[in-house]
Amino acid sequence: MSHHEMPFWKKYIFSTDHKVIGLQYGITATFFLLFGFFLMILMRWQLAYPGIEIPLIGKALTDTGALTPELYNALGAMHGTIMIFLGVVPMGVGAFGNYLVPLQVGACDMAFPKLNMMSYWVYFVGGVIMMMSFLMPGGAAASGWTSYPPLSVISNNAQTVWLVAMVFLITSSLLGSVNTIVTAIQLRAKGLNFMRWPIHVWAQVTTAFLLLLAFPPLEGAAVLQLADRLFGSSFFLPSGLVVSGEKLAVAGGGNPLLWQHLFWFLAHPEVYVLILPAVGIVSEIVTTNCRKPLYGYKTMVYSILFLGFMSFVVWAHHMFMTGMGVTLSSFFQATTMIISIPSVIILTTILLTLWGASIRFTVPMLFAMAFLPMFAIGGLTGLPLGLTASDIHLHDTYYVIGHFHYVVAPGTLFALMGGVYYWYPKFSGREMNEFLGKLHFWVSFVAINFVFMPMFLMGSKGVSRRMYDQTQYSHGAATQSWNVVMSTAAFVLLLAQIPFIWNMFTAWKTGKKVQNDNPWEATTLEWAASSPPPHENFPTPVEVYRNPYTYSATTRKVLPQFIPQEG
Amino acid sequence: MAVHIPYIDKPNPVTGVTNAKLGVWLFLASEVMLFGALFSALITLRLGVSDWPHGYDVLNVPLATLNTVVLIFSSVTVVMAWASLKMHNLKQFKTYMSLTLLMSFIFLGIKAVEYGTKFSHGISPATSNFYAIYFVITGLHGLHILGGIIVNAYLLGPGSHMWKSEPERFTGRIECAGLYWHFVDLVWIFLFPILYLL
Amino acid sequence: MMEQLAKVWQEVLNLRGFDYGLPSDVSTHGFAIDNLILTLHYFMALLFVGWGLYLVYCLVRFRERDGHEADVAPQHFSLPKYLEIGVVIFEACLLVFFSYPVWAKLKTDFPDRESSLVVRITAEQFAWNIHYPGRDGKFGKTNIDLIDGTNPVGLDREDPNAKDDIVSINQFNVPVGKPVIVELGAKDVIHGFFLPNARVKHDAIPGMVFPLWFETKETGKFEIACAQLCGVGHYRMKGYFNVFTQEEYDNWLLEEENALKEGA
Repeated sequence: MSHHEMPFWKKYIFSTDHKVIGLQYGITATFFLLFGFFLMILMRWQLAYPGIEIPLIGKALTDTGALTPELYNALGAMHGTIMIFLGVVPMGVGAFGNYLVPLQVGACDMAFPKLNMMSYWVYFVGGVIMMMSFLMPGGAAASGWTSYPPLSVISNNAQTVWLVAMVFLITSSLLGSVNTIVTAIQLRAKGLNFMRWPIHVWAQVTTAFLLLLAFPPLEGAAVLQLADRLFGSSFFLPSGLVVSGEKLAVAGGGNPLLWQHLFWFLAHPEVYVLILPAVGIVSEIVTTNCRKPLYGYKTMVYSILFLGFMSFVVWAHHMFMTGMGVTLSSFFQATTMIISIPSVIILTTILLTLWGASIRFTVPMLFAMAFLPMFAIGGLTGLPLGLTASDIHLHDTYYVIGHFHYVVAPGTLFALMGGVYYWYPKFSGREMNEFLGKLHFWVSFVAINFVFMPMFLMGSKGVSRRMYDQTQYSHGAATQSWNVVMSTAAFVLLLAQIPFIWNMFTAWKTGKKVQNDNPWEATTLEWAASSPPPHENFPTPVEVYRNPYTYSATTRKVLPQFIPQEG
Repeated sequence: MAVHIPYIDKPNPVTGVTNAKLGVWLFLASEVMLFGALFSALITLRLGVSDWPHGYDVLNVPLATLNTVVLIFSSVTVVMAWASLKMHNLKQFKTYMSLTLLMSFIFLGIKAVEYGTKFSHGISPATSNFYAIYFVITGLHGLHILGGIIVNAYLLGPGSHMWKSEPERFTGRIECAGLYWHFVDLVWIFLFPILYLL
Repeated sequence: MMEQLAKVWQEVLNLRGFDYGLPSDVSTHGFAIDNLILTLHYFMALLFVGWGLYLVYCLVRFRERDGHEADVAPQHFSLPKYLEIGVVIFEACLLVFFSYPVWAKLKTDFPDRESSLVVRITAEQFAWNIHYPGRDGKFGKTNIDLIDGTNPVGLDREDPNAKDDIVSINQFNVPVGKPVIVELGAKDVIHGFFLPNARVKHDAIPGMVFPLWFETKETGKFEIACAQLCGVGHYRMKGYFNVFTQEEYDNWLLEEENALKEGA
């Protein structure tokens, strides 16, 4: 039996190697991100030019060539679902977590390699099922990514497909998070105590705990909604529903708000699942490109942990408009204000790292530097939404859309893109083209702000979200011209991704080879392995001698964690 | 190409557990959240309506009590199975594991009788939210029992070959399966009074 | 006292007569909401500009160049700690002085039902049904079995209290200066009752009825918007919100009553 020659399918398709699985996650998630973006381009056309035929592809979608309200709602729900559950989370947690956590703790693989392969394939199947819902008669699920009942319970059959797909995606995340935590805790290299973990590992482990504990309630809720849809129960259906003039024939006695509580109990921690890996990635990029230690490592670690903990007790701030009384709303407003504090500390810590640095403006650093102000805008605009009084006017308007997109799109996605540029030499042994990278960055940075900044203005005017055609309302018509600007910018943003995708795929074979295994002169363990790392990562076990992000006080040279002593 | 992953048979000296044991504990934590969510759903639904029936009026308490005894007994046998391995007695392990499996099948059989009676009276999840949550929670619990049966049957049958090559690792597996089995029992211990007795 | 202070603060904010992109406001409570929104945005702008200037300064001053090396010695700054404490105190003030009072007032300090206009608003896909109790001030019985195309709330006209009830579809008329209590419900799915020009928003959830109140200070013709995704017609679930003078309102009421008598 030869151990060296594995058939292609075993090496690249059903691989148990965390690096291959990480890349599988990355490629699949990139596809879904582009697909979700494409759905949004269709919607943005409709928003800018309501009822006008979509050029080139319109006729293939509908009879008139313009989006119908049904299709618009389906695209909206699928855009949210795909971007969050099939795009950003698999990218941040699946790809970066899988590839980097074992390397950064000096492990030869994940603790449970077969389970790891299973989580990828369960995710893949979930993604395929989710895509199939487009083929359902009546179109894909159209009740928003939040799937609020009763609307979702009485809507078309694609909602059932959505729920089944969600059960798969949740299961995949649960398996993955168990694996990440066990790997990071059990398989640490000699000398790597917890306070020597890179920030990225802390972020990934905290994220894994959030997934582990917050996702099961949504799984439970999905089972209950499936029962409502398939077995005729009424968990989320109150008595006395009259739909289109007809009494609904169900037992009744359910509670629509039960779904919202179960959903947001997941979906708020989910926000931090989206952000924390990004914070980890940015911390790594910033310290490496500043040529100095991270400011306040311990503060950062405690802030991340506190953020993770607090994210479990803020969920009902999404529900201030559902009849919440004084006591409960006071509690959730207070927790919401409290959770802003660790976020501010994290941002401040990264900013302070810049003081006294020698900043290299590499492509990953550009993305990391753009992440900071973008994430700040996203975070700050959360304040008016977290206070009930101002939330009365801004709730469910475009202000909310602007707020969370600033967090996730120019925030998390920029960090993930920066991460791709930063670790690409590790993945492939080659560098991505710098000119294309800078082109990608600058066009994206300018365009994305023109997409999301006007949303705050529209939201302040009171334009509701999820509107097929906002010109129906006078305040919507008054701000309609912004939609043209936003849609144009969104299209430019789509074009700006072409050099990125091109760069990512061509550099694999033709990019400049890296001079050594640690081209950025970074401090963490993944750079101790060769680039790309071999099957078991480290031919000889690595040992950790010091904290991450250490620089010699005398020579000012970098002191990686894996080098025994100065010199 | 097998990767040599440490701490699959012996515990990590720093954390004091094997990988699998830590993994199972984490998995159980997420299971707690799953059943916790369903129990809170039950409480919310019950508080929301005035005509919530008492479990003892409409469900079969004697059968459920019998099931409780069966499950508790199976919890004991699964511990005995693990203890037998600790004493290097594979034969005794097989006896106790078979008993555990037998108990699980008896449990499912009694459950099937209970469900069957309900269905024959035309009662389904659509009848009322009491039955809906009853079917969902006991059904999900039943699926967990089924999962346990598959794992335990594997460990009793083909999985037990590991005893010869890696006895420590095999004992660890039995311990993990036992932890899971205890959890499934524990869910029942909560479920039984909440659904049947209150 | 608190209200006086809030009004003074509003004067300060509106010193130059900007509307800051917020829609016009005809409610008596809206100024407190607007105050909070504006105060917050000044605070956010201050923080963002502060961070931004610092970031740009660092990026320029500490860029990699010949003759410049990073300072790798351990650093400690106290200023950020004080700024952080400042932010915490400010946020606590926002909670205690701006947000809690508004919410407490809207949730608990309901006007007297006798001297208010009480209406029931029932949302459905995709319309707003506004049920006025009529001159007797009593709502007639409703029954979901009676719901049909001409009777959207299922009003039982046999009930003596229902004789003078008025059900208006998508036309929400109120007299200026009189407190309005809305009992908000929904027939089918969750809708979002939103009066952008009166700073009123609340989800209309089937199976539940939520009381809301507001009071107007100016007349005008505005719109009711749906804030919560409720199906394909969500975007056109528009109603009209008219704040009439007492005289206009009385005339409208009279017209409706006459129409009702003719119909009967």
